[in-house]
Order: sequence, then C-alpha cells, then structure tokens
Amino acid sequence: MRHDPLIPDLAVVTEIRTDTPDVKTFRVAGLDGKKPFVHIPGQCAMLSVPGVGEALFSITSSPTEPDFLEFSIKKCGCVTAWLHEIQPGQQITLRGPYGNGFPVDTAFAGKDLLFIAGGIGLAPLRSVINYVRCYRQRYGTVDIVYGARSKEDLVDSEEILTRWSREPGINVHLTIDRPQPDWAGHVGFVPDYVKELGFDTGKTVVMCGPPVMIKFTLAGLLSLGFSKEQIYTTFELKMKCALGKCGRCNIGDKYVCKDGPVFRLDQMDTLPDEY
Amino acid sequence: MKKLPISQLNDLFSAISRLETLYLPTDAGFVPYSPETAMTRRVNTGRSPKDLFFPQVETLMGFRTRGQSIELLDRREETKPFVIFGVRACDCRSFDILDSVFLAPPEDTFYKNRRQAGVIVTLACNRPEETCFCSSFAIDPAEPAGDVSAWQTENTLYLRANTEKGEKLLAQLSLLQDADPEQIVPLQEQIRQSVMRLPIQELPLEQFGAAHMMERFSSEKWDELSQSCLGCGSCTYVCPTCQCYDIKEFTANGEIQRYRCWDSCMYSDFTQMSAGQPRPTQKERFRQRFLHKLCYHPANHGGEFSCVGCGRCLQKCPIHMNIVKVIRTLGEEDA
Repeated sequence: MRHDPLIPDLAVVTEIRTDTPDVKTFRVAGLDGKKPFVHIPGQCAMLSVPGVGEALFSITSSPTEPDFLEFSIKKCGCVTAWLHEIQPGQQITLRGPYGNGFPVDTAFAGKDLLFIAGGIGLAPLRSVINYVRCYRQRYGTVDIVYGARSKEDLVDSEEILTRWSREPGINVHLTIDRPQPDWAGHVGFVPDYVKELGFDTGKTVVMCGPPVMIKFTLAGLLSLGFSKEQIYTTFELKMKCALGKCGRCNIGDKYVCKDGPVFRLDQMDTLPDEY
Repeated sequence: MKKLPISQLNDLFSAISRLETLYLPTDAGFVPYSPETAMTRRVNTGRSPKDLFFPQVETLMGFRTRGQSIELLDRREETKPFVIFGVRACDCRSFDILDSVFLAPPEDTFYKNRRQAGVIVTLACNRPEETCFCSSFAIDPAEPAGDVSAWQTENTLYLRANTEKGEKLLAQLSLLQDADPEQIVPLQEQIRQSVMRLPIQELPLEQFGAAHMMERFSSEKWDELSQSCLGCGSCTYVCPTCQCYDIKEFTANGEIQRYRCWDSCMYSDFTQMSAGQPRPTQKERFRQRFLHKLCYHPANHGGEFSCVGCGRCLQKCPIHMNIVKVIRTLGEEDA
C-alpha cells in the first residue's frame, strides 16, 4: 500500500467494556499486538469500519498504558452504532494521532487541577486524569467533578469509585441529574454543583461536556473568580480528513482537527462564536 | 522565447499529444485533445482546471472484509505525465492556493503526484471579460505564470518556458522557431489597458484579512446578503480555489471503495453531526464560504486571499449573488 496521510492502518479491537446503556469502551491494538502509536492526552484518532464510514474519536486511555489505546464511544450515529454491535477480535482501521492535546507537561505541571466533565465528556479527560495519576508528584491536588443523567450513565464509574476516589490528593465529586433510590450522592446539574463546591481560584480547569454544560459552567467559574486563561476545553466538530484540509471543522481560522481540539477559553474570545 | 505560426497550432497540439496527454480549454472545461476539439473562444472555461489535480471524484483505496478481518487494497490510479494548454493567469494562481492547502504538511500525495506530473502552459488573456477581476488580486493577465507562458497575436503563438519542466517540453517540439521577446510587448500593453477598462475595479479588500475577521463575522449584512442563497453549491463547484472535500464509500462486486469527492460548505450536511449543527441556517454557511476566502485563508497563508477573480461565480450563480457583491457590501461598512 502506497503511503498517504488518508490511508489508515489495520488494528484490532481486543476488549470491549460496556460502561453505560449507550457507552462502550473499546481497547484497540495493532495487528502485531502492540500499541499502534504514542499520543498526548486529549489527542484523537480516526477509526473506521469499511463500508460504514470513518469518524474521529478522542483517545480515552492514558499514553502511559504501554500496550493499547482505548476509546469510549457513545452510540449516536452510523459508525458508533456499528461499533456497538461488534465482538472482540474485530478488525478496524485506524489513523492518527491528531490534534494538539492538553499541555500536560507544560501549563499543567505543578498546578492544582480541577476536572469538570459531563456524560461522555469524561472520555478525553480520562486520558489526562490517568496520566496525572501516573506522574502524581508532578501535579498538585486533583478535583474531579463528574455528572451524568443517571447513575447508570456515569462512564467508567467502577474505575472512578474503586481507584480514583481512594487515592490521596484526589477528590471525586459525582452528581446525577435526578434523584434515584440507589443513589446516596449529590443530585443536580454540573454547573450548579461546581458553584456549590466553590473551588479555590488558583486551580487550572479542564472541562469537557455538552455545549450547554460548558456554557453554564464557564459562567459559574468566572463568577467564582476564575479567569479564562486558567480554563481549557476540548471541542468536537464534524471531520473527514483530520489533517486541516477537508475544510469543515474550522472555528474561524482555526481547525479543530489540527489547531485543537484543545483550546484555552481566552483563545475562544478571538474566534467567531460558531461551534 | 519561441514562436509558431497560428496556422500550425493543430500541428503543435498533435506534437504535444504524441508526447503526453494534452488537455485543451473548451466551453465546458479542459478535455483531452483530439483534432476535433473546439477550443473555447471565451476567456474562461465553464469548469476550472482544478479537477486535473484535484478530481471531482477519486478513489483513495479499497477494502475487502471477511468475517472479522479486513484487507486493505491499493486502488490508486497511476499518474501519467500530462500537459494543460491555455490555462489563464487566474486559474494558474489558483494552483498556488491549492498547493498551500494540499502540500502543507502532511502532504496530500494524491494531489502532489498530479502536480508533479502536470506541465502547465498558460495563455495571456487578449480580451478579458466584464466579469474578470484578477487584477484586484495582483494577477497580471498579460504575464501569466506556469511552466510555459504563451501569448497569441493575430498570426503567431509565442511561448516562453519559465521552469525546467517547461524548458523540457519546448525542447521536444521541433516545429518551434526562435523569437524576439520584444514582440509580445504591444500585446501585453493592449491587455493591460483593457484590464483598466473593466467594470470591476477597486474592491475594498483592505477591509478583509486576518485582522478584520471578528468585525466582518459579526456584520449585520449577512442576513441580507444570504437571504436569496439557494444553497445549490454551484459557486463552490466552479470555483478554482474551493478545495473542501468529503470522503465516502460504496460497495461493488464484494469490494468496498473509499473515495474522495468535492464537497461544499454551502450544504447543511457539510457540518451536520449527530451531536449538533454549528451552522444551522444558510446564513452561517454563506458566511463561512466568503470569510474562508477573505479572512480565514489569509490568516493561515500569509495574507493571501483564496479568490483569483476568475469571475465564474459571477456568471453561474442562479441568484446573481457573488463574492464581488459581498466584498463591496461588507467592505464599505467601515469605508
């Protein structure tokens, strides 16, 4: 096969974990059994199912995982619906990694980190969180606010409850939208919960979730005294090439696929409000 | 400088076509030469020559699936050397703009192979049309670029090689005679004078570019400008610099083929995701197309606009909307 950035490699799905009624996490390795490539937390990859299509997904595993990549994927379109039907052993195509990723070794180093995620928005943050856990001494305290519609919709709740929340210096704050009989934790929306918790404004914020959550959480953080220079988020727009050429994922002059997907919130003030 | 009597033009074309595939400009677009090919009498072809480098549809690869396994198949078509004759100065500039996208790292090798294989012979525009405005983008139709530049006077075709590829082509054409470069000067002067008489002049382009992105984006004029846009995408298809593409697949005879095809930011499907739509109405799509050419592309490519003033969109838009009206309407806001 002659090389081109649009020509993918083959990979194989080695394990599939059902996280929620509509989210599964796929573990992917190369055909040689090795990790297909090294990435930075927050970067993405193009997965495809020949005959169905190709789509961009954030890599949810930490780069510190030596043997595989993981993708947490919500069933919401053609490619994702097909992926939700496959069994381990299924081959797929893969190309990447794409995008800038989070500044885990620069701007985040030595900082107290506040992660805020809603629903499937945890997927890209999980990569950062597990990277930070692996290099724990390089960072300050870690707070994680994570909300979903219901207890069942919390992605990866087992890892969060049995590992993250038991580690020193990591505070996990879970919330669900509506009360449930078997839920003793917080009930309410993420933006309100963040305001209620009232974090120290020296923290660096890493946020991902539905646009409405981002909008209200941002307003809440600014009212608490955070500045936009401290807040990072990651975007998702439709993409075909992931190389900055097919022309559809731009916000003004920036392409989400190559200039993003991670943006600092003050950068967004210099770009048209079209995302 | 070389020359050839116009009466021998067909001999020249047949000589080139014996060496490599030769494309000639017709009313519709650039087509492979045959002795019957009727060259267009107009300045510009209906379709731009971009599809010789960036075809409207091209196969990227194939797949065969069996159970859980996938086989990747190399289905790339071989690129053979070719010559395009009669490219106008504006279209020739459009190749530089396409290069700035496709040849930026990581290089698109499908495009690059064709760019390397193609020899561009440009032709000066003796009679620019009233829809032409290339001079707004500092393009001189009397001095077109390309591997070889050509000028046609009443009785003679003059040819000048500009690159190694061009030299090589001309060296293989024994019917050419040496010429004095001074002989094209009167024609060049005549062309430059006719450009100065064209109706589209003095576009307020200084109101665009990276520095004006936010102001132009938030203009209230977009509602009015986009109101009648049908979203047909004709402007993007005839545009020599529009390069947005889609990647799709089809299955035939047990093989899946993945292909790339032209796409248009004027279509709702262009940005429609299962998660949402950042450009929900024609206004946002319309604005995207023009701001891409006038602000976003310049921001990423050293200030260069992604328009060459060929005028095709002025001729083809079914509602007579076009980039000149957009530049004037928005550019005069601050003037």
